[in-house]
Amino acid sequence: MDRRVVITGMGIVSPIGCDVDTYRQNLLSGVCGIDRITRFDTADFKVKVAAEVKDFDPLAYMTKMEVKQTDLFTRYAIAAAVQAMDMSGLKDAVDCTRFGVYFGSGIGGFTTFMEEYDVMQNRGNARVSPHFVPKMISNIAAGQIAIRFGAKGPCLPVTTACATGTNAIGEGYRAIRHGYADAVIAGGSEASINPLAVAGFQNCMALTQTDDPARASIPFDKNRSGFVIGEGAGALVMESLEHAEARGAKILAEVVGYGSTCDAYHVTSPDPEGTGGGRAIRMAMEEAGYTAADRVYINAHGTSTPLNDSTETKAIKFAMGEDAYKAVVSSTKSMTGHMLGAAGAAEAIASVTALETGLIPPTIGYETPDPACDLDVCPNTARQATPTLALSVSLGFGGHNACIALRKYGGQA
Amino acid sequence: MILEKLKEIIADHSGEEAENITAETVLTDLGIDSLTTVEILMDIEDEYGVSLQAGEIGKTVGDLIAKIEEAKQ
Repeated sequence: MDRRVVITGMGIVSPIGCDVDTYRQNLLSGVCGIDRITRFDTADFKVKVAAEVKDFDPLAYMTKMEVKQTDLFTRYAIAAAVQAMDMSGLKDAVDCTRFGVYFGSGIGGFTTFMEEYDVMQNRGNARVSPHFVPKMISNIAAGQIAIRFGAKGPCLPVTTACATGTNAIGEGYRAIRHGYADAVIAGGSEASINPLAVAGFQNCMALTQTDDPARASIPFDKNRSGFVIGEGAGALVMESLEHAEARGAKILAEVVGYGSTCDAYHVTSPDPEGTGGGRAIRMAMEEAGYTAADRVYINAHGTSTPLNDSTETKAIKFAMGEDAYKAVVSSTKSMTGHMLGAAGAAEAIASVTALETGLIPPTIGYETPDPACDLDVCPNTARQATPTLALSVSLGFGGHNACIALRKYGGQA
Repeated sequence: MILEKLKEIIADHSGEEAENITAETVLTDLGIDSLTTVEILMDIEDEYGVSLQAGEIGKTVGDLIAKIEEAKQ
């Protein structure tokens, strides 16, 4: 049983906006959400910048007690899920046993882990909070979303590092497509801008050490030097087409393909040939029924690390051949930083934006071309390209590669 | 006065305003579950040096005060 799957709701908490309208406007105007780190003192850190979420009020979504008993990554997740559910109008309009949650985090409650370790060191094991484990475990955002909306179908958190959001959406899409659920809340969240996480990413040489926020996340630029840690959450409500139509829901886009592979090569470095990522992109394109007549937008993983962006360029060429030069590619991480486990979900929303408006969100901060990244990266300003097919790519530590394919919903298959 | 201090502790863990908490307040009405009870008992131990078990504190704030007073003797 293969069913069509559509998106009927979206929600976002990001460094460039904590609601979908603000996020989309800022994406299309090229607003940079990166600045000096404010969450802790970086005096003795080599890394100085991050893309922090600003102006987020958890009490708009949760009670004081819920705020206290959840890690920040879960608060972001709940906020994104509530926004997506409000937009979709799905609340009380779905059989709860056919309603699933596919929502992950790359890491989970990292800051809670740090805080409770301090409690144990300073006050002893008897004072470690009873909420510690259920606050910290990386599946708990999915669990909390299911509790909030009474979703009693499959509840599967995905943890594939920076590919988490895309894998979660892809797996949720398959659950609906193959009949295991009628509706799903899917996405990812992350909140790891703390000293221990930044130290770890810094010392595995993943993060840029520039202190100029405007030159920090510059995907595909020859002078790129690492990613900028970001945070936030993105959520989609997906439904089978017949379910959405039966209740008269507004359809934002259709999910038409998914690819998922692993490099099986190295923990942090991508396979230098890019074939793992390339196969994931190709699988999504084939399922989407790609033809040479399609105008393709690729929301690239585009982290701004030296290796990712050149290898991803190879991956796109592996998947598309010469057609790769006709595609418009951009990395919205130039604006949001790298939202890690939330990135794929935030970028799916950017891809829906491109399909809905016809405008490609740009790769900002782009100055110096790199021969190893020679595709059309839509530099610096949004461009009208009226794509017919959007591909959102995510690649994660561990060699995880994921790609989802989206089309504007036009009624006919 | 135990009640005043306890109102602060319970307010801190439940999100309820301290001024709305009385000796008659039922703990579960504030959404206090077994995990949050354990957290509150940790604060009570720090404050009064008494070690209570989550299952033996009764239903209301007043019940809890009686248990603290009994354990202090």
